[in-house]
Amino acid sequence: MKRALIFLALGGMLAIMISSYMQMPPMGNPDNPSYNEVAQHYLNRSLEETRAPNVIAVIITDYRAIDTLGEATVLFTSIAAVLTVLSGKDKKPGEGGAHHG
Amino acid sequence: MTFQFIVQNINYIGSSFLFVIGLYTVLTHPNLIKKIIGINIMETSVFLLFVSIGFIQGGQAPILNLDGTPAVYVNPLPSALILTGIVVAVSITVYALSMIIKIYDAYGTIELDEIMQIRSEEAHD
Amino acid sequence: MDDLIVKYISRMIIPFIQLYGIFVIFHGHLSPGGGFPGGAILGASIILYTLAFGAHKGHLKMPHHLSKRLESGAILWYIILGMVGIWTGHLFLTNQAAGFFMGTPGEIFSGGFIPLITVAIGLKVGSTIITLFHTMIEEEHDA
Repeated sequence: MKRALIFLALGGMLAIMISSYMQMPPMGNPDNPSYNEVAQHYLNRSLEETRAPNVIAVIITDYRAIDTLGEATVLFTSIAAVLTVLSGKDKKPGEGGAHHG
Repeated sequence: MTFQFIVQNINYIGSSFLFVIGLYTVLTHPNLIKKIIGINIMETSVFLLFVSIGFIQGGQAPILNLDGTPAVYVNPLPSALILTGIVVAVSITVYALSMIIKIYDAYGTIELDEIMQIRSEEAHD
Repeated sequence: MDDLIVKYISRMIIPFIQLYGIFVIFHGHLSPGGGFPGGAILGASIILYTLAFGAHKGHLKMPHHLSKRLESGAILWYIILGMVGIWTGHLFLTNQAAGFFMGTPGEIFSGGFIPLITVAIGLKVGSTIITLFHTMIEEEHDA
């Protein structure tokens, strides 16, 4: 019973997603809205401004370098969180100190 | 829903199927590690959808020709934005796995229905 | 795990994996790749060493105080590269206007500070992966 309800809900979600792909321009069309003048500027003028051929590396280290700094902060925060959680590990599994009746 | 529509937008439809499969895995299995695998599958489907928006028919990879011959390049901007998202997904997986280690130390099991049973027995004491 | 074939083969192949990781980091502005995949490959080579030879030898190869300093040093190096732009009178993280060496496109030493930032990101990602792995598999021994 619960499984039939889950299948029905997921099938409805799949139908809504696929029916919304019919309203978008098809994949590979050169006049979709994301191929605008920002991408043209990065492709045309990156060789004379930065002298490096790999456009994606130029985007993440020169034009948008602050986003890469923010992402290094995310890595740093994840290490801080894991080292805080795992600093007081119990020795034997099962019924640790806080679960005696 | 013709066959030509499915073949042309195969990336978008594959991403939707991966998302639904991941969501079914999170909702159904009682093991905690399988739920984390389901979350990873959902994140992978979102990355696939976002990167394949920038595809241009007949374009090549965005590494510029050094001798200046003009060519049509694929949109580099969605790929550069997804690199940050991949690192965030790895951080979330690592933190969730460390919480599972603490849950195993406290309860002795990682099946969800056994954990709920242990907690309801302790609430009745 | 205590397998003879795994130990023999991984002792022969780990230097080549690290050489490939350093190649991907240093050619980040010429071919696909960059800081993040190169750092992941370097981290994966130390994880292979730890899995083949045991947790104790893995801790000796990359001890905790060394990976701590590598990670903090990489993020400080990134911020110092950004401060060079402020010290010469422009914005934070400027490339050509702050006086970095440009060169001709297609060589390794070209592109301003792009190779330096790629090395910083590669070291940070590699040391993060190694630290997380060593933290999660250490076990308490009875003292």
